Amino acid sequence: MLIRRPPDIPTREITEESAYFGRREFLRAMGYGAGVVAASAAVPGALMACAPGQADPDDKLTPWEAVTGYNNYYEFGTAKDDPAKNAHTLKPRPWKVKVEGEVARAADYDLDDLLKPFTMQERVYRHRCVEAWSMVVPWFGFPLKDLIARLEPTSKTKFVEFTTLADTGQMPLIRRPILDWPYVEALRMDEAMHPLTLMVTGVYGKTLPNQNGAPLRLIIPWKYGFKGGKSIVRIRFLERQPRNTWNIAAPNEYGFYANVNPAVDHPRWSQKRERRIGELFRRETLPFNGYADQVASLYSGMDLRANF
Amino acid sequence: MLLLALIPALKLARGVAIGYLGIDPVETLAITTGTAAITLLLCSLAVTPLRRLTGWNELIRFRRLLGLMAFFYAVLHVSTYVVFDQEGSLSLIAADVYEHPWVLFGMMAFLMLIPLALTSTKGWIRRLGGKRWNRLHRLVYPAAIFAVLHFLLAVKLDVRKPVLYIVVLAVLLGTRVVWARRRAATQAPAARQRPAPLTAAEPGN
Ligand code: HEM
Repeated sequence: MLIRRPPDIPTREITEESAYFGRREFLRAMGYGAGVVAASAAVPGALMACAPGQADPDDKLTPWEAVTGYNNYYEFGTAKDDPAKNAHTLKPRPWKVKVEGEVARAADYDLDDLLKPFTMQERVYRHRCVEAWSMVVPWFGFPLKDLIARLEPTSKTKFVEFTTLADTGQMPLIRRPILDWPYVEALRMDEAMHPLTLMVTGVYGKTLPNQNGAPLRLIIPWKYGFKGGKSIVRIRFLERQPRNTWNIAAPNEYGFYANVNPAVDHPRWSQKRERRIGELFRRETLPFNGYADQVASLYSGMDLRANF
Repeated sequence: MLLLALIPALKLARGVAIGYLGIDPVETLAITTGTAAITLLLCSLAVTPLRRLTGWNELIRFRRLLGLMAFFYAVLHVSTYVVFDQEGSLSLIAADVYEHPWVLFGMMAFLMLIPLALTSTKGWIRRLGGKRWNRLHRLVYPAAIFAVLHFLLAVKLDVRKPVLYIVVLAVLLGTRVVWARRRAATQAPAARQRPAPLTAAEPGN
């Protein structure tokens, strides 16, 4: 197993393993082996402008109970506590991921085979929902770009699309057509290749709970949460921009890009401020969820009001 | 009845007492109080049709209580919004109301409920006289309509609950229209001799 830290990951996004406990045990149990522990221990725990090993006082980790008990995962119900109640019917193993489209290594992969080459790492990201609430979450995963590199997309590829499981056996509630299942999300290739974009398999040092999108989900920390597809069963490489599920459901409310942007309001509510779960009062929302210095250049010259 | 109507408030009070109101306490407050307010408002509107259907006149005694409890929850609901969502800032609230129709609808409903709650006492009924009091209290119809529209627009995609409330409200208002028509049809010839027998003690709407 390769132990390395991509040089372009800003240290701000990485917490020290001692930020919480129980992770070593987990890693061992998961069979990731000592290599990962060593790798993450080698990662400087410093957050920008803070002493090493100290968390940014503005960004305290959102407790596990909230991260795993307050979810939007409509396949398991529309109330925030529905997924935690209902997602036990999801079976995250064995799991197949179909890779298709403009890609050399198109195939049906067993998830464990697909994950084998990658070194899992911890990333603490702010998570901003389009509904104007937010969390700070210690995800566990690997950069999507590493996976894409292995799958060898052709030069025609401009977009990557992620499809969520839609199985009435495991998700009885999808019989109600609240959204146009299966849930589909997509990224432009440069967004997908950005080092912040993360394939996630765990949270808080534990395997991803079903309600958080087990066994494999996407996290794009500068975009609204709905861009991060959960329980991914298909990755498709495309020449043309596909439509994403929420955009189909309400095109004037949810766009393709969905970058966190306090300057562009949702038609029904303001995006200027957000409630950090665990806090009573709202705080200012940051452009690109505070990751502007790393991602704003992806959109230079674009009208972000039109491309919301 | 009072106890039933107080259940949501007691639940919230318990939550405050034990220091846990769900993962997002502000959302819990807003949803619990909003749902209680609109439910009680529709219950208060169900009194008259139920009384007519069943002939059970005692029901009228609950109407004021239901209306006042609805208002009580509406006050809590709006306070939650003013304090936690907008931090008491009038300019933020004004901007929110101006930009978002569903907030405007909630505000309209709330503003209409205020005079109704204030004039709910016997003293006010006497002061206004049954007829004027009744006319004023017809405000409850647009208030309820604004409230269900507010509910409908507040939720995302899953509109089953607000649609249920809209259907119930439509039935409650519909029966009044039907009854009024029928009364007009049967009483039209006799209308001149018999003015509507509404007393101040028992105003009907
Ligand atoms: C100034 C007036 C009002 C304001 C600013 C207001 C604000 C809000 C807000 C912010 C929410 C969203 C809560 C959330 O989902 O987190 C909401 C939901 C709601 N409000 Fe209001 N509201 C007002 C008046 C009313 C009134 C008068 C009623 C009923 C009589 C009402 C009933 C509801 C209901 C039923 C919901 C939906 C709860 C749910 O999502 O299940 N609101 N309101």
